Amino acid sequence: MVGPYAIGPLQTVAALIGLGDPQADIVVNRIRLPRVAGACLVGAALAAAGASYQALFRNPLVSPDILGVSAGAGLGAVAGIFLALPVALIQLSAFAGGLVAVAVVMAVAAAVRGGDRVLTLVLTGVVIGALAGAATSLLKVLADPYDQLPAITFWLLGSLASVTSDDILPALPAVALGLVPLVLLRWRINVLSMGDEEARALGIEAARVRLLVIAAATLVTASVTAVAGVVGWVGLVIPHIARMLVGPAFARLLPASALIGAGYLLVVDTAARTLAAIEVPLGILTAVIGAPVFVWLLASGRRGWT
Amino acid sequence: MRIAARDLAIGHGRVAIGSGLSLDLGPDEIVCLLGPNGCGKTTLFRTLLGLLPRLGGRLTLDGHDIARLSRRQVARSVAYVPQAHTPPFPFDALDVVLMGRTARIGAFAQPSAADRGMALQALDALGIADLAGRDYARLSGGQRQLVLIARALAQEAPLIVMDEPTASLDFGNRLAVLDRIAALARPGAGRGVILSTHDPDQALALGARVLALSGGRIVAAGPADTVLTAERLTAIYGVPLTVERTASGRRVCLPALQSSAATIT
Repeated sequence: MVGPYAIGPLQTVAALIGLGDPQADIVVNRIRLPRVAGACLVGAALAAAGASYQALFRNPLVSPDILGVSAGAGLGAVAGIFLALPVALIQLSAFAGGLVAVAVVMAVAAAVRGGDRVLTLVLTGVVIGALAGAATSLLKVLADPYDQLPAITFWLLGSLASVTSDDILPALPAVALGLVPLVLLRWRINVLSMGDEEARALGIEAARVRLLVIAAATLVTASVTAVAGVVGWVGLVIPHIARMLVGPAFARLLPASALIGAGYLLVVDTAARTLAAIEVPLGILTAVIGAPVFVWLLASGRRGWT
Repeated sequence: MRIAARDLAIGHGRVAIGSGLSLDLGPDEIVCLLGPNGCGKTTLFRTLLGLLPRLGGRLTLDGHDIARLSRRQVARSVAYVPQAHTPPFPFDALDVVLMGRTARIGAFAQPSAADRGMALQALDALGIADLAGRDYARLSGGQRQLVLIARALAQEAPLIVMDEPTASLDFGNRLAVLDRIAALARPGAGRGVILSTHDPDQALALGARVLALSGGRIVAAGPADTVLTAERLTAIYGVPLTVERTASGRRVCLPALQSSAATIT
């Protein structure tokens, strides 16, 4: 109902149930509905993955950006654009990039003996992320500045501008598949947030459960990154807000994060396509909103993470 | 249920920090592990719990090699009370106690109403039922330590390993927690407790069996009253100590009087 092509509420409903005029039908069902669905899916998935990573790494400051998931997916997509692959292959390449980055991070962390295992994992994630970022920069330098570079830049900033139902439908089952272990293991994820050693003493095969949860959250993150590009801050900020509202118990935190994340990204994406005559990249808006909110969270009573 | 270690060697990776360790713990027993900092108490406990692989010797739980048992099987027999800590998220005290039920519920299950009942009962048994709904991270050190002991009770494990349960507590809380530990392990309750402490008086007050650890070896083992002599305590801690009997008949450990202030540098 909001956007450059004005359609009233009644016309929208009419279009949705197939009774609108042809033009409204295209705008509502082909352009805006997929975009609304996409925003909800991406927001819910990133927030759910963020809540999982935070519980697992016992650190409220981590997000899907750590472990190099985002950077790896970014590199995969940029490589796809650079090689002028079709859109479907670019998505697949982004997805593969995210999974490969996590696999490398976990292999390196496992090879490093001694020290705090979680800290090693997070630091390795930062290192691999930086490496992927450097490779991405190299591809940007080599890319055709008139054709490929704008596409690469736009994708790295995150956008739902050209999302169609063909993009969303393949991502849906992957996100759903990733959410299954997170829901099933909701109690064990609470216990894991007390630390590996205590979780083991309480009867959990911590390494195995941790691996499963990381794989699931990465699958969720990489599948939506493949659709919408790199959208930062959602996985970091939204779980905090959800935790303030419903507490840290994962059985409530996971659905609350997903719902708030979906609503949040829907609002932000609507702003992204209506604020200015041109489309504002989503990642810029989430950063502009997310950074101050995060500073405010840090400054106001530590209730979220003490 | 009985944990038995024979000629155990402990350490991190390949670095051994203790060897030749033998000990037994069964129901209705209290064992007090004494020793200076860095003598391997925590490493020994982590090894007993199967959290750290042993470097040699035998370690069995009712005759089964502990390294071959699943974490769930170990957790049903042996509970671990770590030193009071602050978790990164604001869980309720009741949530923390409920985590003790993890080894008793299915892998994909949430604790049931019955589990909640058991958790509340555990809090009640320690006299802290009023803390159930409070934010665990905002409790005092003594309260958090009691919550962690309640979690071990909720775990329904017959054996409990406590790592310096009174180390970070103020004087009053130290006595209160010690009192609850004595009640837990009272004869007939069917529980065995092994705890480490810096305070030999606690071993004397609990009437515990003592294992004195020094330099990664057991230097003395036996009932507190016979093992904790002035000479032995002086040797373990490296400062002159005496053991005296109070009017009520209890034995207490005291620093020996130094002849002058000249020894203070």
